[in-house]
Amino acid sequence: MSQIDQKIDSDASDLVLEPDAPAPSRRLVTENSAPWLIAAGTLVVWQLAVWVFSIKRFVLPAPTDIAASLWKWKEVILMHAGQTLYTTLLGFAFAVVGGMLLGVAVGYSRVMYRALYPILIAFNSVPKVAIVPILVIWFGIGTIPAVITAFMLSFFPIAVNVAAGLATVEPELEDVLRSLGASRRTILFKVGLPRSLPYFFASLKVAITLALVGSVISETIASNAGIGYLMLNASSRFDVPLVFAGLIVVAAMGVAIYAVFAAVETRTTGWAVRGQTQRFDAGGG
Amino acid sequence: MAIAEPVTGAGAAAPGRDAFVEIDTVSLAYGSGPSRTLALRGATINVRKGEFVAVVGPSGCGKSSLMKLVTGLMRPTVGSVRVDGKSVDGPLKIAGMAFQNPTLLPWRNTLKNVMLPLEIVDPHKGRLRANRKEYEERAERLLDSVGLKGFGNRHPWELSGGMQQRASLCRALIHQPDLLMLDEPFAALDAFTREELWAVLQKLWMEEKFTVILVTHDLREAVYLAETIRIMSARPGRIVATREVPFGFPRTLDDTFKPEFVDIVHELREHIGRERTTQQAVSQ
Ligand SMILES: Nc1ncnc2c1ncn2[C@@H]1O[C@H](COP(=O)(O)OP(=O)(O)OP(=O)(O)O)[C@@H](O)[C@H]1O
Ligand SMILES: [Mg+2]
Repeated sequence: MSQIDQKIDSDASDLVLEPDAPAPSRRLVTENSAPWLIAAGTLVVWQLAVWVFSIKRFVLPAPTDIAASLWKWKEVILMHAGQTLYTTLLGFAFAVVGGMLLGVAVGYSRVMYRALYPILIAFNSVPKVAIVPILVIWFGIGTIPAVITAFMLSFFPIAVNVAAGLATVEPELEDVLRSLGASRRTILFKVGLPRSLPYFFASLKVAITLALVGSVISETIASNAGIGYLMLNASSRFDVPLVFAGLIVVAAMGVAIYAVFAAVETRTTGWAVRGQTQRFDAGGG
Repeated sequence: MAIAEPVTGAGAAAPGRDAFVEIDTVSLAYGSGPSRTLALRGATINVRKGEFVAVVGPSGCGKSSLMKLVTGLMRPTVGSVRVDGKSVDGPLKIAGMAFQNPTLLPWRNTLKNVMLPLEIVDPHKGRLRANRKEYEERAERLLDSVGLKGFGNRHPWELSGGMQQRASLCRALIHQPDLLMLDEPFAALDAFTREELWAVLQKLWMEEKFTVILVTHDLREAVYLAETIRIMSARPGRIVATREVPFGFPRTLDDTFKPEFVDIVHELREHIGRERTTQQAVSQ
């Protein structure tokens, strides 16, 4: 009974989608412009607030002050942003490899799961800021603590997602393959890893932003380069507009790298969304 | 009453030389301690080579567990399982299986899904690369025979549930297994698709003569497809009766409405109904 009902339901929804074709395109336009509208609105309110209440520059600089500061220090900012991007990407690269291996180990072997999971949870609960001073003792201030902090923050979601992806293999499919004589390794390569790929790519966009956070944290505590250092330096000189400029740069970098990896995700694992995007695209023209 | 009901060994109807699957007084328990569940107790079944056997019984009586024992995915707690004269002590490596859920891989197209067993099963695994064309043709032919001609390059999500189940059937048969294990393969389909697939399966079986063990809740399906029907008791499951279906092959859908066919269905239904009430009586 219920199966027959379902069939009718899904057919009906197909029928409804077609005549509705223009609607998604209109929605798409507003969806895309919404973040810009909100950002612009916030800036206007901010600017007005600073004027109306005549807030001091070293308390809360106006967006125009920040923009001026951005322009004035553009070369310096660019150099420090480059350093931050470099440590972020390096730490992230290590996290991809490490997180992937760890996730496969934990998701594949029950023993590894038992052995590593509590340690991972414990490690993830430690505030990474507390580890940076130790890193400084070991490696001195500079690039290496930033890279390691970026790594420490970003490998965890990758490992967890890969392990979760491996756990989603249907037991029935495993039965089918085992009754054909497939070894656990074969099942891992033929089914487990491909199955966990969407989880892996979904975790990348989260992990890369965490790597950025890690880099900036480390630079703020112990570095002589990078946006974090620039902000710390500026704040010690009470150059508050430059501090805010640094924040804006970090935020912009975060959005940009997130967008890159979100795009990578949709490119690589189209099958995981089961053709819904195709239909959506077609509807939107 | 036409159903034979010997007290013990009801499944051992034909213990001849040619038994292909021999399940001998097998018990199976899940878990241990207070959470221990006895799924099967003293189940005995013999299946001849090339025979089409259906297993029916109340829900939760251990039918799926029985399938796992035969394919060597699980070991019996007590008793022995032999397939093709050899004691089963690990996954069989030859069986084809299909379940209610088609479990196709979404990142592979239908043809590649069907060909998956060829990448795993032994004689084919080594020959696949060199003879790809030949194997692809075989897969295409199989898809053709289940009514999926031209769908080889579609992905599973582009197929309906019924079409996915057809592809899953092809995947179970591509390596020409001697033993086909089907666990409620048509249960999630609408009545028309289901009946169409009965005919497809019957035709394939008549051509290839592999041995089939089919678990089903649909008694019409059992009578339509099987030569022999084994009826299981409520949990812990064992075989309580065997029903031979005397009609020749091929059988048609029209046959399923003939009185002698309907009589058998009714007989089975009554029998399972009795098994269920005994269970309720016991558990109260
Ligand atoms: N992995 C498991 N762990 C513990 N108990 C289990 C497990 N699998 C099955 N059982 C128990 O064994 C019994 C038989 O299960 P099985 O799946 O073989 O029944 P079934 O006849 O296939 O049922 P259905 O007709 O509903 O598919 C059930 O009572 C169930 O609770
Ligand atoms: Mg079952």
